[in-house]
Amino acid sequence: MSALTPELERKLDTAVERMPAFPRSVQRILELTRNINCLPKEIVAVIEKDPVMTMKIFKVINSAYYSLPTKITSIGQSVVYLGINTIKNLALGFAAAGILPRMNAAGFDIQRYLLHSLVVAGVARQLAIQFADDEADPGDCYIAGLLHDFGKVVFVQFLSAEFHDALAYAKEHSLPLHEAERKVIGVDHGVVGARLAKRWTFPAHLIDCIRDHHQPAAAPSAMLDCVRTADQLVRFREIGDSGNPWREAEAPAAAARFGNDPEDLLARLAPGSLEKIVAEAMMFAQLAGER
Amino acid sequence: MKVRFWGVRGSIPAPGPHTIRYGGNTTCIEVRSDDGALLIFDAGTGIFPLAQELLKQMPVQASIYMTHTHWDHIQGLPFFTPLYIPGNSIRIHGGYDVVAGRGIEQVMEVQLQYSYFPVREAEMKAGIEYRTLRVGETVHVGDASVTPLLLNHPVVNFGYRVDCNGKSVFFTGDHEPWPNIYDPADEGYAEFQQMIDQQQAQLDQALAGLDIMIADCSYTAAEYPTRIGWGHGTLEGSIAWASRIGVKTLVCTHHEPTRSDDALEQAFAAALEHTGHASPAAGGLEILLAREGMELTL
Repeated sequence: MSALTPELERKLDTAVERMPAFPRSVQRILELTRNINCLPKEIVAVIEKDPVMTMKIFKVINSAYYSLPTKITSIGQSVVYLGINTIKNLALGFAAAGILPRMNAAGFDIQRYLLHSLVVAGVARQLAIQFADDEADPGDCYIAGLLHDFGKVVFVQFLSAEFHDALAYAKEHSLPLHEAERKVIGVDHGVVGARLAKRWTFPAHLIDCIRDHHQPAAAPSAMLDCVRTADQLVRFREIGDSGNPWREAEAPAAAARFGNDPEDLLARLAPGSLEKIVAEAMMFAQLAGER
Repeated sequence: MKVRFWGVRGSIPAPGPHTIRYGGNTTCIEVRSDDGALLIFDAGTGIFPLAQELLKQMPVQASIYMTHTHWDHIQGLPFFTPLYIPGNSIRIHGGYDVVAGRGIEQVMEVQLQYSYFPVREAEMKAGIEYRTLRVGETVHVGDASVTPLLLNHPVVNFGYRVDCNGKSVFFTGDHEPWPNIYDPADEGYAEFQQMIDQQQAQLDQALAGLDIMIADCSYTAAEYPTRIGWGHGTLEGSIAWASRIGVKTLVCTHHEPTRSDDALEQAFAAALEHTGHASPAAGGLEILLAREGMELTL
């Protein structure tokens, strides 16, 4: 982990403002909003599957203009505060920014990245429900999982050549991607994602979780345990692609809570839960039939 | 403190013989603090007759608070004559529009595009200031203080609580009590309901000790099911709300433009009956229909 360059700091200011969202959500928002009587819950279901739209909504809702008594970490809560029409119009605005192309100069498959993020989100929530009752909020774990790798989308958009090199470096040296990012770019995706979350005054536990998900020495929390473990399980099963494949040498992220054996932990998930999460995510990431 | 109603109609002006008793102008409420500071809530067409009155009291120092910028709440703004007269000072307050990404300073700039109105804002000679308020940020005017609270409407809508020497009045602007976007059978229903209940509890807390509540009562409970999500409240809902939080007086406003005076009184009487409302003599709160020219002193 190290500091951001002044250039990247500058780019981050406008980064997400102009960042397009994922193809399926843009398409769905346009479809849904054509009907004046579209169901609000359907709009919410789209937004909360798109890391870019979710980031943008949280940016608005946590802004100083609303100085809300509690920080908002769910799209549902954002709907209560701002009203579904405002959320709908914001989503239409996001859709107007275009769509993230699947491939880019970094050579990073954005749809397989989305699959990774969605499944990590779903599994982190499932872990919280089953194993961290009362210690971590399942909704927060979902959001943290959805946004944990947001820094990578920022790299794709604004430092694509450098990110390309980092991906290659990690592969060549069999290194975790975040270590390669630090070496090649000078900063890892956790720091970049957390920097944005902090700039937009997201709640502290969400910022910490995004920043620290690759920091073994970070202050432990049930939420961090769930997100890191979900990330490992999803990479272990080779679902989607975060640019950071599973390595046999990886130490389990939260052995005290979840044990040492990913295979065993997967077997302890509620029957069918992983399959359901994966199937829904594959459909949303438009990867049905692929892996 | 005095409260005077200059416009009580919702959506569009409704002049004519059928609305002569309650009035056809859209929303505008004048509040005078004990010291005489002038506060104006919304600039519907009701602000025009108010402006005529103010011309007798020059120079005018007015603080205008916009609940939101839908037409029926801003239509009279360019006809607020004190804006054109040097020496007057008008401060316009409102919320931040998250969709446009701009504060209340856009209200007249958007409204006064040359194709739509012959005078440009730059030609208005009064001192005009804009102040975009944050939710919960209290501002002081003379001996009164005004606190914006976030309510529920298709655009960001502020309700304003005014406090003056221990007395208080709250105007909702346009507000629909938060509906649950899920069906009771849906997985997300209970969680969403919990968020709504929390939001309502926060609002109720901010309204503690309220003397007068002026509430959007556009619909009857029977009309509401086909108008969910339109951003307006009901007579029955507002009566229940005001009773629950113990306000002394509820004023029902934002009357439906298609409702004649007779129909309005019938809907009102039916709502009182449906809610089993007790008369003030029997310990119930006072409930009034807002009427143009009505003045309340507290």
